[in-house]
Amino acid sequence: MDDGADAVFRALADPTRRALLDALLERDGQTLFELCTRMADTGVGSSRQAISQHIDVLAGAGLVHVRREGRYRLHDLDTTPLHPLRERWLRAEKRNRP
Amino acid sequence: MRITRTSVFVDDQAKALEVYTRLLGFEVRHDIPLGEHRWLTVVSPEEPDGVEVVLEPNEHPAARAFTEALAADGIPSTSFTVDDVEAEYDRLTGLGMTFTQPPTPTGPVVTAVLDDTCGNLVQLVSAAPA
Repeated sequence: MDDGADAVFRALADPTRRALLDALLERDGQTLFELCTRMADTGVGSSRQAISQHIDVLAGAGLVHVRREGRYRLHDLDTTPLHPLRERWLRAEKRNRP
Repeated sequence: MRITRTSVFVDDQAKALEVYTRLLGFEVRHDIPLGEHRWLTVVSPEEPDGVEVVLEPNEHPAARAFTEALAADGIPSTSFTVDDVEAEYDRLTGLGMTFTQPPTPTGPVVTAVLDDTCGNLVQLVSAAPA
């Protein structure tokens, strides 16, 4: 049964993809090249092609949005798909607590 | 064998001359009429006998496709060394230039990427502050 969370868990189940989300936390609107630069700085030695494929998986899960601005393709972070996961295994009494 | 020239494809040589001299601060080394276009090269005033950058017309369709595809992914066509990327970022944004990547520490260097408005992205690199 796919409750819609599969794509998100699959996207998160990879250290390079988690590092890409970390890099996007720095700022939205990054190009593929900037993300590769930040990846290299964290010691991820993946090729540009591999990082591009990881971004596709993150985009498929809705965690990254790709937009066209002028001549560039820019990437934004969207953590909305994580919200249901945060609530899911909380017991009702905890959920109601502020 | 020595490297004395490197080239970037530009969409407009007159505009490129303005950007590479007036904004980036290079000096003209060669400007020779050549039919419809010019043999146009610039050098750094800090190294007048150093490597020349050839500002080459992007007339060939493949040249345009190449620079467009690189720019879309934010990939620089070339890279210049500066003393302080942060200072150049402030100076060039003050002159109205756009950066696709602000100064970003990357191991032993700081890098930034600007749009030369002639079809290329250009990376600036300096040593990380001690």
